[in-house]
Amino acid sequence: MLHFLVNWLASTPSFATPYALAALGLIISERVGVLSLGAEGFLLVGALAGVAADLEFGGLPAAALVVAMLAAAAVSLLFALLVVVLRVNQVIAGLAIVFFCQGLTSLVGTLGGWTNRAIAGLHAVAIWPLSAIPFAGRILFTQDLVVFATVPIFFLVSRILSRSMLGLRLRSVGENPDAADATGVSVSLYRFGAVLAGSALIGLAGGYLSVVDVKIWIPDMTGGRGWIAIALVIFARWQPWRALFGALLFGCIEALIPRIAAAGIQAPQYFLLMTPYLATIAVMVWVGLTKLGRLKEPAALGRPHVREERR
Amino acid sequence: MAAALKLAGVRKSFDGFPALDHADFEAEAGEVHALLGENGAGKSSLMNVAAGLYAPEAGRIFVDGEEVVLTGPRDAIARRIGMVHQEFKLVRPFTVAENVLLANWRGRFAHGLREMERQIRTQAEQLGFAVDPRSRIDELSIAERQRVEIIKVLLAGARILILDEPTAVLTDEEAVRLLTTVRTLAARGTAVILVTHKLGEVTAFADRVTVMRGGRAVAVLDARSTTADELTKLAVGTRVTPPRRASSPPGARRIAVEGLQVARADGHMTVVDATFHVRAGEIYGIAGVGGNGQTELVEALTGVRAPLAGSVELDGAGDTTGASAERLRDLGIASIPADRFGYGLAGGLSVIDNFCVGQVHTAFYGSWLWTDGASMRKAATRAVAEFDVQGVHNMRQKSALLSGGNAQKLIIAREFSRDPKVIIAHSPSRGLDVRACAAVHERLLNARAAGAAIVLISDDLDEVLSLSDRIGVMTRGRIAAEFIAPADRQAVGRVMVHHA
Ligand SMILES: Nc1ncnc2c1ncn2[C@@H]1O[C@H](COP(=O)(O)OP(=O)(O)OP(=O)(O)O)[C@@H](O)[C@H]1O
Ligand SMILES: [Mg+2]
Repeated sequence: MLHFLVNWLASTPSFATPYALAALGLIISERVGVLSLGAEGFLLVGALAGVAADLEFGGLPAAALVVAMLAAAAVSLLFALLVVVLRVNQVIAGLAIVFFCQGLTSLVGTLGGWTNRAIAGLHAVAIWPLSAIPFAGRILFTQDLVVFATVPIFFLVSRILSRSMLGLRLRSVGENPDAADATGVSVSLYRFGAVLAGSALIGLAGGYLSVVDVKIWIPDMTGGRGWIAIALVIFARWQPWRALFGALLFGCIEALIPRIAAAGIQAPQYFLLMTPYLATIAVMVWVGLTKLGRLKEPAALGRPHVREERR
Repeated sequence: MAAALKLAGVRKSFDGFPALDHADFEAEAGEVHALLGENGAGKSSLMNVAAGLYAPEAGRIFVDGEEVVLTGPRDAIARRIGMVHQEFKLVRPFTVAENVLLANWRGRFAHGLREMERQIRTQAEQLGFAVDPRSRIDELSIAERQRVEIIKVLLAGARILILDEPTAVLTDEEAVRLLTTVRTLAARGTAVILVTHKLGEVTAFADRVTVMRGGRAVAVLDARSTTADELTKLAVGTRVTPPRRASSPPGARRIAVEGLQVARADGHMTVVDATFHVRAGEIYGIAGVGGNGQTELVEALTGVRAPLAGSVELDGAGDTTGASAERLRDLGIASIPADRFGYGLAGGLSVIDNFCVGQVHTAFYGSWLWTDGASMRKAATRAVAEFDVQGVHNMRQKSALLSGGNAQKLIIAREFSRDPKVIIAHSPSRGLDVRACAAVHERLLNARAAGAAIVLISDDLDEVLSLSDRIGVMTRGRIAAEFIAPADRQAVGRVMVHHA
């Protein structure tokens, strides 16, 4: 039993990390008022770009992850152009981006010959001597570098958002772009930048899935994690640390699936695969029923800003 | 010397309708320049052009004699043009200090926030405003938000300072302190532009005055040698005589409020003990400095917020404490809220919808399944004409496009269209021009003559004194004193300040 528990908890962080990073990326873009439904698409782009870079550059996983970030940011440029400059409906643009990315990554993966090719990827490292601590060493100090980097990234982003001039301006754009504009903040610039930065983080999450986690690229391999991340952000009420907590919760549930199978417990496979989504719905209901729901979303979320328009 | 700000031949139209039509304007450094004109004349539009918010279709802008092109507020700020906006530009979930910091870039956030808190306190004290830098805008009343908007812009230290109806919700005393402060700024070389409907402010504090009508400037006068009558005539085209309250005996008790306690959303109790009653055919005025519980009192009386304790009794309906807004409307309560676009109108809906929504659930314009478009349109058109709501080019246009004063007239048209038994009016003439203001007062007096019980909550002491039969003074959530008309202005003012 203890063995089961330790194995389960030790595998949780690597399941949680892509959720956490994607949710954080979404928070950045939604805090400036851009509803980024394209997350699933950016995850795919990151995943493919990571594997492709790893294969092409001869196994430099760190570089592969950077390429994953850049690729997702590049594709998000298109999204930002649509919603920030052309002021296309953000829901429609987001959905279009998802379908576009699904097609694009399948196509490019095949053309480049990167599909279904296993890579060495990034491995877990043990931080000695901390890793020698019984149980906790396995769970907390024997992980890959991205897992270790996630906590400082969260710290940085949440600090910037809540305690810096940059964050104050970012949030003002998401809450009341008219007011932000009147004080001289460039609404378009901040939205553009935040979408790019947020998408880069989502790309990192995608790269993590392919380069660190399964170490292979398969079309549509993200399996709806982008959508779960969107739900997670709602659950977290746009607060970074809550999103990290939520990601760990989801990671826990997902990590349980292979453990249950490995322990030889009989359970319908499809039911197990359904659990993360079931949990998503449960979370939504819970948010709706509790006080959490009263923490408001960014007031201008999904709303394009047109300077002279009155509403 | 060249004028600090000069606008020449500015044209601007919205959806094909000109709001500004060849408007000229000039303000010099060191003067307080008043800008006057009826609702919808284009005052805010013109000032928004100067602040870089509206891009004019034609016309030129000069700052200190040098022609400039303002591509946005940022350009205007760089030229040290600051503006207090009529529709406040405040971020609602932010605190007061955060809003001020947003407009006053500081290198470091935490340090900047502390510095702003300190500066806000100093500035507020100097102006005699009660402002807590740490409270969230969400929780503040309109009067308090107005003070924050003013402090925000003053702290930015503009050289050309535009104030768009800054005194609309301030008490006399606050207004005088603000305008005195502004005069000292002018003495130090700032060009101050003061948009206002209060003629007394123009003659007492301005050096010159520009009058606008129909999107253009029609006259520039020396403010000291002109009279209120002359200004009114220039601004609205006719002379306006304020309506007078005829003395008539009141009827039976319509609404009785007993020991009411109401808390704000953040749990802070702002109405501590409100006790009063209003009879049919009577106007009960509630005077007081804004932010002393008036907003929450109104919310409780109109069913928007449930009180913590106490009771409200309506004649004929018994105890209605905590009844829903819908039930209260059914019982004949009409409400004119201070926050027009927050509670009064749905900005995105058409003029027709906004007018008719007050009657929809009474099946007046159809049932739950269908609405009678033709009769809705007819009723709305009639009301728009009767209440002189200007700027309605098309009954289907969004109500957010109306100028502030006209939006208020639309709300009043709706609320008075169904012969209410009790009227709760909160700052009903806020931002209205002289003629519209007189029209609203006349409506209130007519409703009184028709036997309605009216609660009139206003920051404008003159309004309260001239219309009310009895006056309660609200300070710190209590009705601290009651006066019977004709009340002594000084005595009422003393209670307002001393108990605060
Ligand atoms: N952003 C906008 N979109 C559409 N119409 C507008 C806009 N701004 C102003 N208008 C229209 O331009 C006209 C002038 O409005 P403006 O707000 O300048 O009047 P005002 O003189 O400030 O009136 P008030 O005394 O009521 O504030 C009005 O008819 C108004 O509906
Ligand atoms: Mg105006």
